[in-house]
Amino acid sequence: MDDAVVVRDLVVDRGRRRVLQGISCVVPRGSVTGLLGPSGSGKTTLMRAIVGVQTVNSGAVTVLGRPAGTAELRHRVGYLTQAPSVYADLTVRENARYFAALQGRGRAEADGAVADVGLTEAADQLVGTLSGGQRSRASLACALVGDPELVILDEPTVGQDPVLRADLWARFHAMAATGTTLLVSSHVMDEAARCDRLLLIRDGQLIADDTPDAVRAATGVQDLEEAFLRLIRSREEDR
Amino acid sequence: MNPRILAATIGRILRQLRHDRRTVALLVVVPAVLLTLVYFMYVDQPHPPGQPTVFDRVALIMLGFFPFIIMFLVTSIAMLRERTTGTLERLLTTPLGKLDLLFGYGIAFGLAGVVQATIASAVAYWVFGLSTAGSSGLVIMIAAINAVLAVALGLLCSAFARTEFQAVQFMPVVVAPQLLLCGLFVPRGQMAGWLQAISDALPLSYAVEALQEVGAHAEATTTMWRDVAIVAGAALLALVLAAATLRRRSG
Repeated sequence: MDDAVVVRDLVVDRGRRRVLQGISCVVPRGSVTGLLGPSGSGKTTLMRAIVGVQTVNSGAVTVLGRPAGTAELRHRVGYLTQAPSVYADLTVRENARYFAALQGRGRAEADGAVADVGLTEAADQLVGTLSGGQRSRASLACALVGDPELVILDEPTVGQDPVLRADLWARFHAMAATGTTLLVSSHVMDEAARCDRLLLIRDGQLIADDTPDAVRAATGVQDLEEAFLRLIRSREEDR
Repeated sequence: MNPRILAATIGRILRQLRHDRRTVALLVVVPAVLLTLVYFMYVDQPHPPGQPTVFDRVALIMLGFFPFIIMFLVTSIAMLRERTTGTLERLLTTPLGKLDLLFGYGIAFGLAGVVQATIASAVAYWVFGLSTAGSSGLVIMIAAINAVLAVALGLLCSAFARTEFQAVQFMPVVVAPQLLLCGLFVPRGQMAGWLQAISDALPLSYAVEALQEVGAHAEATTTMWRDVAIVAGAALLALVLAAATLRRRSG
C-alpha cells in the first residue's frame, strides 16, 4: 500500500524557534490519520509543510508522489486552516460556490458540500452572523468542495456539539472508505480513538506513529491520554 | 491566469461589496456631496472671460481624484483582510494564480470606480453645469484608469501593513503627495525644479494632465493618450510588484 504523504527529516524554524526537529512519518492512503499533540507542539506547522505553504529548513515532504507545494497538487489537496478562513461578508453558499469554482466545480457540488457539513438551513446567511461552530463548518465545506484526494484538516471539530462531532467523524470515515486520505489534527485526546492511525507529536518531535490499538498495547493502558503520558515519560527517562 | 477563476474572483469581490450596502451608498453619495461643496465654494468667484471657471477647473480634476482615493483605501483594507483572516493563505493552496487574484481586484474595483465616476460625472455635468471642451466619456475613462492605478497601489501597499491602522496610514503617504504636486494647487510649470522632478515621477500628475487636456480640447490629444498610457503603465508595474510580494510559502 502506498502512502499519500511521506515526510523525511523535516526541520522547520519559525522565527528563532525550532518548531519541527527532524520529523519523519507517513500518512497511508485511504485512511483517517490523527495528528495529535498539545497546543504549540508543531501540528499546524507540519500541516502547512504538507500543504506546501510553509518555508522549510531541511528535509523532504512528498505528497501524492510529488514534492509538496507543486502546482498540480493544488487540484488534489484540500486544506482547512485552524482559524476559519472564509469570507465573513459572503453567505455560506456564496463562499462554497467561490471555492468550488476555483476547483472547477459547479453550483451543485458547492450546495452538496454545504449540506454535508449540516449547514443547508444556514446556507443563505452571511458567515459573519454565524456561531463559531457554524463558521468553522462553513470553512470545512470550502475545503471539501473539490472532492480532493488528500484532505488536511487543522482542528475541524473544535467548538462543535458532540452530535455534530460524531457526524463529522462518520463523514471523514465515509470519505476514507471511498479512497480519500485524511490527516486530521486535534489537541483533544478522546478524538484519537476515532482515527485509523495516530501521529503523536510533542515539542516538534514525533512520539508515536501507530494504530490506536498498537499504542495501547505498547503502553499497556486503554486510555489514549494516559498512553500518551506514558510515552512522554518513558522518552524523558531515556534521555 | 485562468479566465474561469478570474471571473469567479471578480464575481466574489463584487458580491462582497454588494453585501456591504453602506459602503456602496458612501461610494455613490460622497462624491456628489463634495462636488456640491466645491460648486458653492467657487460659485461667486470671478473668472477672466474666455477662461474656464474655477469650478470647471477644480471639479474636472476631482472627478479623477474620487476613484483614486476611495479605491486605494478600499483595496488596501480588503487585501489586508485577505491576509489577516487566512483566506489569502487558503487561496494560495488552490489552483488560483496570483495574477487571477490581483487582476480580479483590479477589474472588480475598477468597475466600481467606473460606476462611481459615472455618477459623479452625471452630477457634475447635469446638476452643476460642468463644461469641458472634450467628451465626458474620456473623463470617465481616465477616472476608471485612476481607479485601477489606485487598486494596484493599494494591493502593493497592503503587503507592508500588518494591521488596519497601518494600512490607512499609507493613504497620506501615497495619496497626499500626489494630490499636492499634481498641478491642481500650483501649475506644474511654476514649481521649483526639484518639486517638478518629483511631480514628474508621480503617476497622478499624468492623470491630471490628461483630464486638463480633455477640458481644453474638443478632440482627444496625443498628450492625453500618452498620459493615459503612462498611468496604465504605472498601474501594471504596481500590479507586477504586488505579485512579487505574494508568496505561496511563508515562515
